[in-house]
Amino acid sequence: MTDAAEMVRADNVHKSFGSLEVLKGIDLVVKPGEVCCVLGPSGSGKSTFLRCINHLEKINAGRIFVDGDLVGYRQRGDKLHELSEKDVARQRQSIGMVFQRFNLFPHMTVLENVMEAPCKVKREPKAEVRDRANALLERVGLGEKVGSYPGQLSGGQQQRVAIARALAMRPKLMLFDEPTSALDPELVGEVLDVMKGLAQDGMTMIVVTHEIGFAREVGDKLIFMDGGVVVEQGAPREVIANPQHERTRAFLSKVL
Amino acid sequence: MSDQTTSERARPEAIKAVPVRHPWRWVSIAVIAVLAAMFLHLLLTNDNFRWSFIFLEYQEGKRGVMFTEPVLQGLRGTILLTITAMAIGIGLGVILAVMRLSPNKILSSVAFIYTWFFRAAPRLILAILFGNLNILWSRIGFGLPFDKQIGQLFGIDNFNGQFYGIRAVDLLAGFVAGMLALGLSEAAYMAEIVRAGLQSVDEGQTEAAVALGMSRFQVLRRIVLPQAMRVIVPPTGNETIAMVKDTSLVAYVPVTGELWFQLQQVSARTFIVFPVLVAALIWYLILCTILMIGQYFLERHYGKGYGAVGKAKQRLRDIEVEQGGRITKTAEGS
Repeated sequence: MTDAAEMVRADNVHKSFGSLEVLKGIDLVVKPGEVCCVLGPSGSGKSTFLRCINHLEKINAGRIFVDGDLVGYRQRGDKLHELSEKDVARQRQSIGMVFQRFNLFPHMTVLENVMEAPCKVKREPKAEVRDRANALLERVGLGEKVGSYPGQLSGGQQQRVAIARALAMRPKLMLFDEPTSALDPELVGEVLDVMKGLAQDGMTMIVVTHEIGFAREVGDKLIFMDGGVVVEQGAPREVIANPQHERTRAFLSKVL
Repeated sequence: MSDQTTSERARPEAIKAVPVRHPWRWVSIAVIAVLAAMFLHLLLTNDNFRWSFIFLEYQEGKRGVMFTEPVLQGLRGTILLTITAMAIGIGLGVILAVMRLSPNKILSSVAFIYTWFFRAAPRLILAILFGNLNILWSRIGFGLPFDKQIGQLFGIDNFNGQFYGIRAVDLLAGFVAGMLALGLSEAAYMAEIVRAGLQSVDEGQTEAAVALGMSRFQVLRRIVLPQAMRVIVPPTGNETIAMVKDTSLVAYVPVTGELWFQLQQVSARTFIVFPVLVAALIWYLILCTILMIGQYFLERHYGKGYGAVGKAKQRLRDIEVEQGGRITKTAEGS
């Protein structure tokens, strides 16, 4: 068991797809209320690591804890037991995830998208959920669009709906998988603003991103990944201004 | 709308141009009109069609052959058979498709073998086969398999592990045999259609739903199937229309309460062949037309959130908002 003052703890996480080793021993601690930004070139395993945290990918070795609970397994003595699908689903309820391609449900209106999980998974009363969903959509600036279908929204609007949808489950941790990479440059700002607001409200967040500005301004912690390992980590301003590692320096000089 | 800063200028006179002429269009219309008139001439002037036999009076003091009581009963039977066979087909088809996509190898191979068999077996033969199953078994029972053999193993004679049995002739007579033959065969086709539909839904949808904590069943029921329906409905409409016509095959089971069987009976009694065929054709045309209308509305329902109509409407609304009011009718046509 881990310290309760850790929201996420990864110990020596390994993951391979067949013979391809994608994660080669990741260690990470994120404290409650912290915003951790993950930088790195494509193929460095950052998205895979994020997906391991809510067990969308099964890890091959190591341990991941979220809020003190082992993800995907139960430890009995010195044996690990796989959790049933039901138990994994329960763990995921408290972990919100936002995808690069939004993945809104296209056959439901914006409001229905946000209400779906609280109503069907947590079985909360509909009226209550509707109020909360409306408030959340108001908060991400889409109070007017509740009746629209995702196909009628811009990319930035869709991503903000996706954030509201994840928040409707009242998660204790939010995972962002390159939330602005599929957006027009003009629309990136509106999504980052919503995320900034979330961070100020004290949400624990892990953000895989290429937005150096966001990492510097909002992040409490920055990790730089390459080739399946954490090359460098620390306070964002320091890492960005004064990278210690050759690889980090090369990457930052290209994206800055 | 990039140069909004320039002041608005007076609108010049609207363009009034002479449209391009299309003389060949008029020629083709004339040709088609003549052909249509020739076709009508064929239909109306040949007495051998015997339209009054079909519509008005097929025997002294009786209604037209399309509307006589046995034929109408046959029509009801055909509709009922279509509905029940399609219900079996769709229900079993969904189950088979889910089995086929399951990571469990046994489930997926069972589904594969099922589809292989029933797609390869001709419906007509299946129908007759099901009608004659009582040749193989006189009783159909449910219970412990190999009960007698197991009994003998332990030295008990006539050990009976059946808890429910029914005479095969009672169960498989006519209608039920036809329904099973058509329904089971349809399930194989539906399984493939549903599988295509399920696979057409983006993987990201499942991921997003699972990440929200939804169970596998909830994901299927709430997220994947409704989206797959958009792909599933059009070919299912096809299948239903084909099924209406394939019900005529069960006349050879034989199922007596069925449209084609009844019309053939009329033909056998009166020795009038062609008008009876036309009468059958007209009934099948009517049934299928109704189904096509139904399909249109179903497609519209499952097309929610997709397609040009919704998007165009939204765009129009956006433009209106931008311009601060309703815009003229002309823009709506675009």
